[in-house]
Amino acid sequence: MTRYIRHAACFCALLLVALLVNAIRVQVFQARAHDTNPANRRENIARYGRERGDILVDGRPVTGSRDTGEQLRYERTYRDGPLYAPVTGFASQEYGTTLLEHTEDPVLSGSDPMLTPFPLWNDFTRRRNPGGDVVTTLNGAAQQAAFRGLAGRKGAVAALEPATGRVLALVSSPSYDPGVLSGNSPGVGRSWAWLNANPDKPMLNRAVRQTYPPGSTFKVVTAAAALDAGVIRDVDAPTDSPAPYTLPGTTTSLSNESDGCEDLSLREAFRWSCNTVFAKLGVDVGVRDMTATARAFGFNDDALRIPFSVARSTFDPSVDRAQLALSSIGQYNTRATPLQMAMVSAAVADGGQIRTPYLVERTTTAGGSIVDTAGPRPVRQAMTPETAAVLKELMTQVVTEGTGTNAAIPGAIVGGKTGTAQHGIGNAGMPYAWFVAWAQGERDMQPKVAVAVVVEDASAVRGDITGGGVAAPIARAVMKAVLNAKE
Amino acid sequence: MTKAGTTVAPADTSARAVRLPHRRGIELALIVLAVLLSVYGYCAVGLARHGTVPPGAAGYGAGLGVLAFLAHLAVRLRAPYADPLLLPIGVLLNGLGLVLIYRLDLETPGDRAAPTQLVWSTVGVTLFIVVVLMLPDHRVLQRYAYVCVAAALALLIVPILFPAVNGARIWIRIAGFSIQPGEFAKVLLAVFFAAYLATNRNALASSGRRFWGLQLPTGRVLGPLLAIWLISVGVLVLERDLGTSLLFFGLFVVLLYVATGLTGWIALGLLLAAVGAFAVGWLEPHVHTRVEDWLHPFASIEAGQGPNQLAQSLFAFAAGGVLGTGLGLGHSVLIGFAAKSDFILATAGEELGLAGLSAIFLLYALLVERGYRAGLALRDPFGRLLATGLASIVALQVFVIAGGVGGLIPLTGMAMPFLAQGGSSVVTNWAIVALLIRVSDSAHGQYDDKETP
Repeated sequence: MTRYIRHAACFCALLLVALLVNAIRVQVFQARAHDTNPANRRENIARYGRERGDILVDGRPVTGSRDTGEQLRYERTYRDGPLYAPVTGFASQEYGTTLLEHTEDPVLSGSDPMLTPFPLWNDFTRRRNPGGDVVTTLNGAAQQAAFRGLAGRKGAVAALEPATGRVLALVSSPSYDPGVLSGNSPGVGRSWAWLNANPDKPMLNRAVRQTYPPGSTFKVVTAAAALDAGVIRDVDAPTDSPAPYTLPGTTTSLSNESDGCEDLSLREAFRWSCNTVFAKLGVDVGVRDMTATARAFGFNDDALRIPFSVARSTFDPSVDRAQLALSSIGQYNTRATPLQMAMVSAAVADGGQIRTPYLVERTTTAGGSIVDTAGPRPVRQAMTPETAAVLKELMTQVVTEGTGTNAAIPGAIVGGKTGTAQHGIGNAGMPYAWFVAWAQGERDMQPKVAVAVVVEDASAVRGDITGGGVAAPIARAVMKAVLNAKE
Repeated sequence: MTKAGTTVAPADTSARAVRLPHRRGIELALIVLAVLLSVYGYCAVGLARHGTVPPGAAGYGAGLGVLAFLAHLAVRLRAPYADPLLLPIGVLLNGLGLVLIYRLDLETPGDRAAPTQLVWSTVGVTLFIVVVLMLPDHRVLQRYAYVCVAAALALLIVPILFPAVNGARIWIRIAGFSIQPGEFAKVLLAVFFAAYLATNRNALASSGRRFWGLQLPTGRVLGPLLAIWLISVGVLVLERDLGTSLLFFGLFVVLLYVATGLTGWIALGLLLAAVGAFAVGWLEPHVHTRVEDWLHPFASIEAGQGPNQLAQSLFAFAAGGVLGTGLGLGHSVLIGFAAKSDFILATAGEELGLAGLSAIFLLYALLVERGYRAGLALRDPFGRLLATGLASIVALQVFVIAGGVGGLIPLTGMAMPFLAQGGSSVVTNWAIVALLIRVSDSAHGQYDDKETP
């Protein structure tokens, strides 16, 4: 019997070896495949097991983390959620991340290898880095001024520092509180459904993801093209422009909101926003030079990231002369994001230079040591410095004695341009009220802020007066907030 | 007999002439080590989860220590020649099981299982002490073979009268406690098989006709055995407890082979197993699903229903890797309701890693090996078969459940000896260790022996 007991013992030993081999198979050879299986929740548990880093405005966090004690432990909270939603986006356990929460996720979630001082040691200890912080370029006061100015109306505001490209304000209205999407409770699903079904589209970032016909504010670009191309050599010389203006090759006639535009000089036509003068000017410059100037200002660029992507602003290069005439006054296929129009204004303020806008000043570890800072940004010459100087003067006149007097700030030099963009079939929709501007405080060496404001469905009398009446006060509040800010 | 057999006889005489040392001091030292390791496990869980030593650590440690010490005293008193490894392995595995269950309790605050498990452990150790103190000689059990088998069948039949729990009719619930009578039945059946085969092994091996090279015993000898086996398997199919059925079958085949030495029994056993497995897999949807899950553990993920228990178990093992996440730092609770019972090994695999898992497997292997060793050292056939049977129960059970949760074989609901939550299981395993202690004491000590080898 001894022999058979030994056989049975050998059989048991074989079973043990099979178990050990199987354990090695699962725990060593298949481990990576199992760990990365999308159905394996461990990665998510680890991700939400730490407090997420914060997004900072004026050195103070506008985000936070709430310990729920649940399996996905920390949920995102937002201070002034609706105010900063167009910048932060949301960080939802259920629906992922957007905007800065998305582009800066490696830092915020702590997975960025740059957060680790000793990578090998961390691999050994399995320690996870705490999430790092993202310091934005935003000016909280300007952001609030813009948000208050819009007062829940549909619209957007973008403000830049012309000399650097720092984004000072980015507001979209109506907004939403991203905090309602943070967790994974049934309430989050209801909020998601409600926000998506809402006809006002509160989750749409109108400042960077929505394009509008820029209307008369585009005349800044057309004027720059005319001056750079040498079509206009003297801003005070009368132009050869009829009013009303029959679009070339058609019988359609274009008129103005105000009278007396016939043969007006560029200075006067800019001040009173004469459509006829600028439509003809665009045709005189030609589609090639108009397109080149528009592109230099940033139109037709798919690649802009601030760091999240910005919708492409368009100037259609394949137009006939009649369409070019309409394109040159910001209609037809010409479309721009509010951020793009702020860049146009900033270029005028900064001697014709366009600096790529950016929203992240620096990223830091949880301890505050710097991980990455905003490096030098590409600079592009949108127009000659001389042209910029002329346009600065023209824009200043709009505010001092033109359609944009509502933007004037006592003691500061302010330049602006109003716009009213028609939209809808047969101009059936309510017009968009636009205002683009820049401002320079009395002690400043150069303009401190450039801003673009758009208000949809401006419920006022049609005409340029709308941009001046509805949008200019908002731009003024934003610029004032920036000029008053203590350095 | 064989060459190996002939070497036993002189060893026996020498054993009688020169008494083996008691080695109780080694046992005590190992028990202290086992208790300290368990307490260390508690502290590791508490430190990992809350940054402090858990308040219950001293209590649990003291409880486990007192139980182990009393068991040690019983062995010292009544089984001084017993193998000194058996009791410490039992204490360590039971302590480790308590740590793992306590650790999983932290994830399910509404459902604490560790205190109950400690109560059952106490019952188990008490039973151990009673067996060691009251059973003077394992051969007494041989007389009660038919009482044992009657009791075993009764225990197997009773749960049919109770409602099914999670698809299996293997539980009876009394006064808040749920008992799994089938667990006790396996020790009783081992006693019966050992007694019956010890008596009839010569008849089984040499009587009857030869058929296809197999020595078939006469129906008079084989009949009762087959009948009891069929009844037990039939009951288990009715109760849908595939694991226990497999265990009984494996135990039956191993003991039959050891008793008769006929290789044909293994061939016949495997053939019966194949036919049975095919029939059950085909007819029984509960089992059929298990086989499908084993073949395609991620099918439910692809179907968009999320990972099933087996997939979660594999994720847990994989997350542990070689060194494990550390006690208290894994997420094996994702496995769901069976995490503390059938799938407790996944928690060990995740938090202790391949290293810890191998250590646990080796502890079981050591327990089994010590059981076989006691069987080899004994001279009476009943004792040899009993020791072999008890050790095989542990080995088969570990293989079936560890192979199941690791994706090696189809999953069968079974408790990992000592580790898993389950009172009946802990009590039964303490009974097994008690019998092995008794058997090994007889093997290594002097006993007045009237039987010839």
